[in-house]
Amino acid sequence: MALLRRLVRADHPAIPFTLDGEPCEGRAGDTVLTAILTQAERLRLSEFSASPRAGFCQMGACQDCWIVLESGERLRACSTALSPGMRILTRRARAA
Amino acid sequence: MSERPQPLIVGAGPAGIRAAEALVAAGLRPLVVDEAPACGGQIYRQRLVPDRRSTRDLYGPEAPKAEALHRDFAALDGKLDYWPQALLWNLRDGRADIMVEGTSRQVAYDGLVLATGATDRTLPIPGWTLPGVFTLGGAQIALKSQGCAIGSEIVFLGSGPLLYLVAWQYMKAGAKVAAVLDTAPFTAKFNLLRGLPLFPGIVLRGMRMTAELKLGGVGLHYGVADVRIEGKNAIEAIAWRQDGMEHRLACDGVGYGLALRSETQAADLAGCRFAFNQRDRAALPERDAAGRTSVPGVYIAGDGAGIAGADAAERAGERAALALLQDRGLPHDATRAAALEAELARIGRFREVLEAAFPFPAHWMRDIADSTTLCRCEEITAGEVRSAIGQFGVHELNRLKAVSRVGMGRCQGRICGAAAAELLAHETHRGIEAVGRLRGQAPVKPVPLTLALAAQQEAAE
Repeated sequence: MALLRRLVRADHPAIPFTLDGEPCEGRAGDTVLTAILTQAERLRLSEFSASPRAGFCQMGACQDCWIVLESGERLRACSTALSPGMRILTRRARAA
Repeated sequence: MSERPQPLIVGAGPAGIRAAEALVAAGLRPLVVDEAPACGGQIYRQRLVPDRRSTRDLYGPEAPKAEALHRDFAALDGKLDYWPQALLWNLRDGRADIMVEGTSRQVAYDGLVLATGATDRTLPIPGWTLPGVFTLGGAQIALKSQGCAIGSEIVFLGSGPLLYLVAWQYMKAGAKVAAVLDTAPFTAKFNLLRGLPLFPGIVLRGMRMTAELKLGGVGLHYGVADVRIEGKNAIEAIAWRQDGMEHRLACDGVGYGLALRSETQAADLAGCRFAFNQRDRAALPERDAAGRTSVPGVYIAGDGAGIAGADAAERAGERAALALLQDRGLPHDATRAAALEAELARIGRFREVLEAAFPFPAHWMRDIADSTTLCRCEEITAGEVRSAIGQFGVHELNRLKAVSRVGMGRCQGRICGAAAAELLAHETHRGIEAVGRLRGQAPVKPVPLTLALAAQQEAAE
C-alpha cells in the first residue's frame, strides 16, 4: 500500500522509473520521495536495525530520506526532482 | 579603487528576499544562495510545477504575502546573482563554500546576511521513526508543494500555531483529519486573549480555524501525554493519556511538531557568539535590534536568528540589510530602520503570548522510556544516552556527542539536539542553559567527499 495519497496532479504527464527493478510511474512535478511513497510504504531500511524509514522533515534537514540508485549514486529523495529512467532501490540497508 | 566582493545572502525565504531587495535598492549586487529550486523559503515554498490549485488554495489567507514575495524577488532578476539549489556548507576566512550544480565553489563576500530559517522542533516518542510520521512542516510540504496527503486517516500531534494551521489546511484540501492532539492543556489557550490587542487578526484567524476543525468533525484533544505511535512496519494507531485516562485512535499518518527551532550552523561557522535564549530553550547567535551579530559584517535575520515567524522575517531581513548599508558608509533610511525595529518589538511581545499558549513539553524527556529511539540517524536509544551520561560523567553536550554519537549522524543534531540537551540537563540536575550547545561542523549537510576535496585543492592553489 502506498504511504502518500495524491490529491492533485494525478493527470500530469507520467514519468517512468523503476523501484527495486519493478517499472513504476511518477508524475511531472514529483520529488523522488513523492514518486516512491505514492507507490510504496518506505524509502529505505535503516543502517543499524534495518527498520523501514520514509523520511521525516521533507525539507532537507533531517537527512532521513537518502536513497540509492542502482548505479550506486546516492540522493536525498525529498529535495531531488524525479527524472525519467531513474532506477531506485529501497531494499538495500546501507543507503549512505 | 579595488572592487569589493559582493554581499552574500544565505536563504531566499521572507528574510533573504527582503534583505536582497533593500541591498539592490541601494545599488549593491548581492549573491543570494538558497537550497530550494525556487524562492519563498519553507512557509512560501513554491511547487515544482503548477497544478490546478490557486495560490489561495496553497497559502490560505497568507496568499497575498506569498505572491508579493515571489513577485518582488522575480523583479530583482538581473540586479543580483541568484543560485537556487545551492548549499552553503562551510564558511572560513571570509569565504563561503557553496555546492551548486554538482561542484563546490568558493565565494569571497563582503557582508554576509544569514537568513537560514528554521525546522520543526521535536522530541522523541515511541514509534516516531515509523514510515508515515512526518514533521508538521513535512506534512505541510507534502500537501502544499507536492499535493499529497500523508495518509488517509491523519492525526496531527504537538504544540505551536503550525499544529492547527496544518490540520486545517489538510481538512480544507479534502484529506481526512482524524484528530488534533495538543500537548498543552486547553487553559493554555487563554493566553491568546493577551495577544488580541497586539495582533487581533492573527488571534481571530486561529480561533476561526479551530472552530472550523471542530465543525468539520475533527476531535481536538488537549493536554495529551505519554504519546505512543503504534505499529511494527507501518502506523496502526496512536495512543495517549489524557486526564488519567488511556486513549487510542487508529490512523495511518501522523504530523508531529513542537514549534520550531532555528537553523544556526552557518552562524556558528561564521564565528558568531551565541547566548542562551530562554524562550526558545536554545543557544542563539547574539544580535542587536538591527540584526548585527558579534562578527563585524555578519548579519542575521528571520527564524534562523530566533523563532518569530514570517512577518517578522520580512522586516528583520530588510532591517539587517539597512544595517549592512550603514556599516558600509552607504546612505540608508534611518526612519525606516526605526519603524522596522518597532514592528519587530511588537511581534516579539506577541511571541511571548504564543509561547505561553503553545508551551514546549520539555518534561517529556524526564519520563522518556529507555527503549525509545532518541537519535534517528545513529539509532541510539534514550537508555543508551542515559547510561553514557552516567558512565562517563558527562556534563556537556559535545562531550555527550563524543561518547554516545548523539548529534554525530547525518542530521548533525538538527533533529535530536534539543532532546539530547533536555535529557542531559535532567540527568545531571542542571538547567538546560548549562549543558552547552552542539558546535556546528562543516559540512553542515552531507556533501560528496569529492566536492570537498576539490574545494580544498582550489583553496590551496
